[in-house]
Amino acid sequence: MSSKSYIRRPNRPLQIYAAIFLIVLYVPVLFLPLFSLNDSIYVKFPLKGFTTQWYVELFNREPVWAALMNSVKVGTTTSIIATGFGVFAAKAITRYRIPGRGLLVGFIMLPLVVPGIIFGVALLVLLSQLGIPLSLYTVTIGHVIVSLPFAIATMIPRFEGFDPSVEEASADLGENAWWTFWRVTFPIVFPGILASLLLTFTVSFDEFIMAFFLSGTDPTLPMYIWSQLRFPREFPPILALASIILLVSFILVFIGQWINRDAQAKTLANEEE
Amino acid sequence: MSGQSATSANSGSTRPLGAGRLSRWLQRSEAARGFSLLSPTLLIMTIGVAVPFGILIVMSFWTQIGFGFDTNPTVANYENFGERPIYGALLKRSLWMSGSATIATVLLCYPIAYFVAFHIHRNKMIWIVLITLPFWTSYLLRVFAWKVVLGYEGVINSALMTLGLIEAPLEFLLYSQLAVVITLVHTWAAFAILPMYVSLEKIDKSLLEAATDLGDGPVRRFFRITLPLSLPGVISASLLIFIPTTGDYITPALLGGPDGTMIGNLIQKQFGAINNWPMGATLSIILMLSIAAIALIFMFATNFVRKRIS
Repeated sequence: MSSKSYIRRPNRPLQIYAAIFLIVLYVPVLFLPLFSLNDSIYVKFPLKGFTTQWYVELFNREPVWAALMNSVKVGTTTSIIATGFGVFAAKAITRYRIPGRGLLVGFIMLPLVVPGIIFGVALLVLLSQLGIPLSLYTVTIGHVIVSLPFAIATMIPRFEGFDPSVEEASADLGENAWWTFWRVTFPIVFPGILASLLLTFTVSFDEFIMAFFLSGTDPTLPMYIWSQLRFPREFPPILALASIILLVSFILVFIGQWINRDAQAKTLANEEE
Repeated sequence: MSGQSATSANSGSTRPLGAGRLSRWLQRSEAARGFSLLSPTLLIMTIGVAVPFGILIVMSFWTQIGFGFDTNPTVANYENFGERPIYGALLKRSLWMSGSATIATVLLCYPIAYFVAFHIHRNKMIWIVLITLPFWTSYLLRVFAWKVVLGYEGVINSALMTLGLIEAPLEFLLYSQLAVVITLVHTWAAFAILPMYVSLEKIDKSLLEAATDLGDGPVRRFFRITLPLSLPGVISASLLIFIPTTGDYITPALLGGPDGTMIGNLIQKQFGAINNWPMGATLSIILMLSIAAIALIFMFATNFVRKRIS
């Protein structure tokens, strides 16, 4: 143990830096809930007093509820489609020797890297050339494309983590491919599926760029927020809305990461291959 | 058995298993099975990514006439880009701003990746989740948060004024390139840490011990062993930030002001207020090509450096 001590020795400056880093990472975001409870229409110091009036006002706004329902609809559909496709894609990528695998995976992961505006604009052009009117359906298509890489990346570690011989045994014992999937594969990868559902829902729920280009007259929640950001006097209720969205996203993502933590820890630990 | 297989295959309509002969062929060929599983994803990615890209390229050769298009192919839009300096200037500024943001992010995040990889021994996952959690929350809201922080009467200005440190609000905070770069660094930090953490984590610790035993001090050890071995992570982190931020338009729209406008804002306007879709398509293609060119040059350069070091 002592031979390792020079590496293991705690590094005080680095610890302090890490603490500051985490604070800076979270504090700007935490100002949103702080000012959402401030009894002033102006978003500035000094704080005036505690109030929940902005939340009450938000609660009584019809358009907020409509936008929320739109976002939930789009998010639910997106997460189910993206996760459904993602299960099969993750299995194909991890289990089968597919020619040109690297290229195909790169293609599927493109939405993670390419600027969102390019995707939004390109899809908009396609839809308009096909004469398809913009609606929540077109937003959902955009969100499925953006979410798929997240779904696949969440589930790949699950498929890598379990022994293919279990599936083979099931097949040898006379189960066909479909029942093998339902009775063997599905229960094992289930935490990954659940995590993927939660994460892709959050991605869709918070997504703005695709919604910006592809939504028709029904706004999603981020679109509603965007439309209100032009009016500084609307800030306090929007701060309240933002705080609720942040809280819900944090919880969903935390649960998702927690369910999938062992698989994720494994990939982070053996990224060697 | 075969009857059961047929019914279950039918009930599972999501599985592309067709009639008996087809399914038997699928069972035999591993590649075909893989492709059939991958096909829904590939199909939607083709419809949603490849086809739109193709149409975007085609449209960049069209011309806008009122509310319609002249579909006779012409390179007028590209000529237009060369002739009007505003386009090139905006592109250059976007590349410059996201380049600065990328360098700042990598420099600020590397120590954290290093810290978690080398100095955290228990509960690493908690650290990783803590660091990446903000990345999953709404981009729009994180940018909005910075508007609240940097605003003319925002957190920083009002706090400094309440404390009596300044008389009037600092105007350079909001609506400047600096504001955009700060926000980009903050919003993309989590994305940068993961690839650097992964490549630091897999460094064989015995190499560090060997370097120390052979007389290298901590600084030399870092520059000769740790940094070169973690370069792949640094490179992918740089690309993962540089490529998407160059096309960002939310941050400059909310925080940039006239000085901080980026090419993404102009593209968005071509599809909105200006209503010149073909020009917007041309700008998108030029943006993509510039990003690709810079990414390639960067990859070649770092590859060259890596070979020289090791």
